[in-house]
Amino acid sequence: MAAGSEALSYADRKSGSQVISLTGRNAIFRALCLSSAILVLAVLAGILIAMFIGGWPAFREFGLGFFTGSAWDTQNDQYGAWPAIAGTLSTAVIALIIGVPLSLGIAVFLTQLAPGWVRTPVATAVELLAAVPSIIYGMWGLFVFVPLFARFFQVPVSNLTEGLPIVGTILYSRSPTGLGVATAGIILAFMIVPFIASIARDMLAQIPTVLRESAYGIGCTTWEVVRYVLLPQAGVSIIGAIMLGLGRALGETMAVTFVIGNANRLSSSILDPGSTIASRIANEFNEALGLQMSALIATGCILFLVTFVVLVVARLLVARMKAL
Amino acid sequence: MKFRELAAVAGMTIVMMGSASAIDITGAGATFPFPLYSKWAEAYKAASGNGLNYQSIGSGGGIRQIKANTVDFGASDMPLKGDDLDKDGLAQFPSAIGAEVPAISVPGIEARQMKLTGPILADIYLGKISKWDDPKIKALNPDLKLPSAGINVVYRSDGSGTTFVWTDYLSRVSDEWKSKVGANTSVSWPIGVGGKGNEGVSATVKQIPNSIGYVEYAYAKQNKLSYALIQNKDGKFPVPEIESFQAAAANADWKSAPGFGIILNNQPGEKAWPVTSATFILMHKKSDKPDRATAALKFFDWAYSNGDKLASDLEYVPLPANVKDQVRAVWKSDIKDTSGKPLF
Repeated sequence: MAAGSEALSYADRKSGSQVISLTGRNAIFRALCLSSAILVLAVLAGILIAMFIGGWPAFREFGLGFFTGSAWDTQNDQYGAWPAIAGTLSTAVIALIIGVPLSLGIAVFLTQLAPGWVRTPVATAVELLAAVPSIIYGMWGLFVFVPLFARFFQVPVSNLTEGLPIVGTILYSRSPTGLGVATAGIILAFMIVPFIASIARDMLAQIPTVLRESAYGIGCTTWEVVRYVLLPQAGVSIIGAIMLGLGRALGETMAVTFVIGNANRLSSSILDPGSTIASRIANEFNEALGLQMSALIATGCILFLVTFVVLVVARLLVARMKAL
Repeated sequence: MKFRELAAVAGMTIVMMGSASAIDITGAGATFPFPLYSKWAEAYKAASGNGLNYQSIGSGGGIRQIKANTVDFGASDMPLKGDDLDKDGLAQFPSAIGAEVPAISVPGIEARQMKLTGPILADIYLGKISKWDDPKIKALNPDLKLPSAGINVVYRSDGSGTTFVWTDYLSRVSDEWKSKVGANTSVSWPIGVGGKGNEGVSATVKQIPNSIGYVEYAYAKQNKLSYALIQNKDGKFPVPEIESFQAAAANADWKSAPGFGIILNNQPGEKAWPVTSATFILMHKKSDKPDRATAALKFFDWAYSNGDKLASDLEYVPLPANVKDQVRAVWKSDIKDTSGKPLF
């Protein structure tokens, strides 16, 4: 009985589809696509509204001071997000400074310089890096990288910069534990390389061979080809790739929590421990109550806005480059 | 057709019988007693057929869940104060006792070799004592070869009952700590780096030479961490072990705080380990799910009677017998269903 009715409805639909006109089907297709798009926007708006409502008590209590304040005192219920915002931005910037040249190097090597038999294994290896769970980066960072970083970078650099103006502040650590903002930035760099490198590689590979060959034909060196022909061609897409990496660096939680040292204090040195918005939420959310919970949600809201601003700036940058 | 109906009825009866006889109690909260509760739950299931589903989401989460009445009991390492308990109509009682030790990683120094005092620990965590060969530490340890290295201070970065017990101890022994930092599940640390969870702290202490961090004793023992001794209120340096934790619990006046909410830090007694604390259970005084509340009380009654051996195996300290009797009396007098009938 059940099977029979299903067959019937199938036949119905089949004959029905011939009845519905082309424009009708088009309209259905359009509606489906539109509702998918609206769903994403609705979820996005829902998250933003929920976070804003959740964070409202903190915003109301501290006002603009919440953005600039640097206290995080659960004892007296005083909260300010600035150290976490600064930590988020500085780790992301360090990650980009290290990660972007590395990724572009990989992409150029894979598309221009590497012999054919090297390309596929290396490209696969880079893509596999993207599939490593972030907690593994965190564990590796804490157990392997942190002791090495303390011994071979933090201690010698701190000894060297002690007492010097500016670098003596930015690159000096009173207790060189290996944990800190710089460590987190380096681990993040490893994590965003696969994203930027594989997109940049795809973009470079898509550039018409004619362009490259003509450049070589007029006597350009490999460097000149990469610098003056390939990178300008792929420029817009590469900026897009970098922004994708930046997005990951801003929001990364687990790996950063392991290696940043989790200090809710503002420090002037990148070798000192700090915290990011995401790591602070990961650390404190479980046990937070009342205003502290609200302050955490409010920092989440700020991270949302920071990411949004970064994306808008990236869009504007891409648009300007296209116009040129 | 007939046969099918019969089978369905039989199946339903079996399901209903099953649900009537076995109740899976639900609980949520503190991570510290989680290994103990799961051990107890396993043995209790074998003995009674009733299970326990305990989620170790942290003390704060446990308090939230029991207030929202989504679990049969909540668990917290930080006792709630009397008016907090009254406000939400909660009853509170201890389930077991644990202790914390200062784990250290000073090259060449083994577990239990270094001696420290509470005020020194407070000064280390305040950043006032910053080298291992500080005169104050040297005076206590004349025979040890202390390095002239900076002390790397490590704390728990996640909100945690362990942090509450540690900072409460420091507040009791140092007025400066009390006024500048205070005691809570997370505080504004003046110096140091944070590790997430016991494992984060112990990994950091192990990885970075010349570090100090506080962990639960059970954790330090299982992971073979080196740790220092702390001077107690009587001026002695007891070895952290079940006997010294029990000594801390024995002298305590449990009736002095509502809901047995006393903190066992810095208790008098020659053998008392100074950083000791109980972990607590929260339940509603007026239960709208009396069957489940009764089942939870039965579970803890069983654990009080039969769980001491399991607890000591895991380095938790069972409650003294007189405290258990006091708790049972409170179950009888305080925990009732909505009509006021006692559940235990």
